[in-house]
Amino acid sequence: MTQITKVPSHEPTTIYIKPSTGLAALNLKDLWAYRELIYFMIWRDVKVRYKQTMLGAAWAIIQPVLTMIVFTFLFGRIAKLPTDNDIPYPIFSYAALLPWGMFVGALNQASRSLTSNQNMVTKIYFPRLVLPLASILSGLVDFVIAFVILIGLMIYYGVTPSPNALWALPLFLLLTVVTALGVALWLSAINVQYRDVNYALPFLTQFWLFITPVAYSSNLISEKWQLIYSLNPMAGVINGFRWALLGTDTGPGPEMAVSVLISLLVLIGGLFYFRNMEKTFADTI
Amino acid sequence: MTIAISVNNISKQYKIGAAQQKFQYGMFRDVLMDTLMTPVRVYRALRGQGMRGTAATSTIWALKDVSFDLEEGKVLGIVGRNGAGKSTLLKILSRVTEPTKGTVTVRGRVGSLLEVGTGFHPELTGRENIYMNGAILGMKRTEIDSKFDEIVEFSEVGQFIDTPVKRYSSGMYLRLAFAVAAHLEPEILVVDEVLAVGDAEFQRKCLGKMSDVAQQGRTVLFVSHNMSAILRLTQEAIVLKKGQLIKRAPTAEAVDFYLSSGQAESGQRVWEADEVPAASQPFRPVAIRIKDRSGNIVDTVRSTEPLTVEWEYQLDAPITALRVGIYLSTMRGEYVFTSFDTDDARQYEQFGARQAGRYISRCEIPADFFNEGRYSLGVNASSFGVKRYFMDENALSFNVDISGAPGTQWPEVRQGPIRPRLNWKIEKLD
Repeated sequence: MTQITKVPSHEPTTIYIKPSTGLAALNLKDLWAYRELIYFMIWRDVKVRYKQTMLGAAWAIIQPVLTMIVFTFLFGRIAKLPTDNDIPYPIFSYAALLPWGMFVGALNQASRSLTSNQNMVTKIYFPRLVLPLASILSGLVDFVIAFVILIGLMIYYGVTPSPNALWALPLFLLLTVVTALGVALWLSAINVQYRDVNYALPFLTQFWLFITPVAYSSNLISEKWQLIYSLNPMAGVINGFRWALLGTDTGPGPEMAVSVLISLLVLIGGLFYFRNMEKTFADTI
Repeated sequence: MTIAISVNNISKQYKIGAAQQKFQYGMFRDVLMDTLMTPVRVYRALRGQGMRGTAATSTIWALKDVSFDLEEGKVLGIVGRNGAGKSTLLKILSRVTEPTKGTVTVRGRVGSLLEVGTGFHPELTGRENIYMNGAILGMKRTEIDSKFDEIVEFSEVGQFIDTPVKRYSSGMYLRLAFAVAAHLEPEILVVDEVLAVGDAEFQRKCLGKMSDVAQQGRTVLFVSHNMSAILRLTQEAIVLKKGQLIKRAPTAEAVDFYLSSGQAESGQRVWEADEVPAASQPFRPVAIRIKDRSGNIVDTVRSTEPLTVEWEYQLDAPITALRVGIYLSTMRGEYVFTSFDTDDARQYEQFGARQAGRYISRCEIPADFFNEGRYSLGVNASSFGVKRYFMDENALSFNVDISGAPGTQWPEVRQGPIRPRLNWKIEKLD
């Protein structure tokens, strides 16, 4: 057996273990200390996601493109839903399907992230936040792949993005991540004790799709309902994407502010709920 | 000397609902009843009474007011019978779960040899899993980079390092996983021998690693049921009983106290009322014993003599299709056999349905069966396809002494859990 040479690589840090009371401190410092683990988890998710599939990463494109074709046929051709500024329906819906797909994928992956990594949770200490966070961020890779198709569509239909796109797109992408993380924190923590989440999630995302302007324009909603409608943070996300990419009139305004605010509230609430449940994860999972 | 671990009055409370499966084999009636009871269950859950509200949720203290300090560089043994709180203590020290009360101060990184292979993904290659697993165990990437070659060499899987680990044999898989854990170099190492898995070679590596670590002046906590290992590897030990620390002393004294205070598994395991989950009803285990040829309850049996296993239990109501039996496994977790009292068809006809009352199921394990070592006896009482009433995978353990067994004239370790006396015939052919 080889003799291992021992060189203490760092000064021991002192750890205090005590029951966390009340609203547990968020302990984001700990999350920062484990940033490499986040990186490795994202990398693992990305590497493993399309293993042993025939079409591989093409799935990241097939899903939104097929949905776009179906939507174009049903809502564009048959129902003849109007789009903003007469933007061709395919690109109108695709620009919304991108963030929506990212959101739904993130919820699916992240709400299961704790239960599918059960042996990690019951055997090792690490900030549990790493798991939902990494599974959401790994969805960004699919987003980027599917985005290439959008660029193609924009060239084909001759749509030039507004100059705002450069700064606004990253911000709205961030808003998608924040919204997904906020919701996923609640769902993943509940899922540890009540696996009902796995069954409820498909319904949740389906109903959520109906109240989000993916297949239709939010301008179809009458003026007096607009503020209530924007309580759905995903409405803000998608309106923002359309505004930045396609130059619709659904840009920043009071409705957008409501969406952002709700999204932040869900995230903050989710963080505290998650942290508060975290201490019993290993016992109840 | 500086204090590496300081434990102050920690307690840990667990909820023990009837966490057993509600309808393991999906009988239609059960599913239907379960569906109809949904509103009641949701109501109870919302009122914070836990999901399995049907069976009263009770709580137990897995640890109660445990305090001790451990100086840096010391090796501390932890002994106590099953359920005494040993593993809970280690889980709290490694921050997997939080104490309900009390505080712990730990100076340095806590590593554990049970985390072996955690986070390994079958689709990733050996190389990728080393990085992944290292990150999970809290190593920095630079740290893994610098130890990568050592880890690969230690694991002896060199040429397969870029093969997905799902193609590895289980031995290779364990060696690689162990190599990563062994190179974590924590300031404090916790080893739970009870839970350790793997083959004999792997176990030896674990223990070897542990004494290496101890010699380098690191702090080690060692949980084991194997008193000779505790005596060999630790200078000091604590004894836990029902979640409380009842003794701390130099190892020899602590082990002596533990063995003589009657709570050691000295050939008998008695279930007290609070140790039997409510879900076992109407089956209630009373005791399981190991007896030698003259009927004495013994902890060490001679392999050259038959031994008797006796399981005493109480049925509070009649049970049909009952089978009561034992699993036998080595301390490394390999099963040796499983046997039930109604395995024989005629026996099943007569005793499959049993009236309420107290029973003993007894069987004899013949002479010349076991090899040297320590074995674990698990128990199971169930109705096949209907319900598992009671199960304890590690109810009792016992030692086997092989003096006089076949082949003992050669002082060597014989492989395998059994050591039969086979009827060899030697013929000369020319």
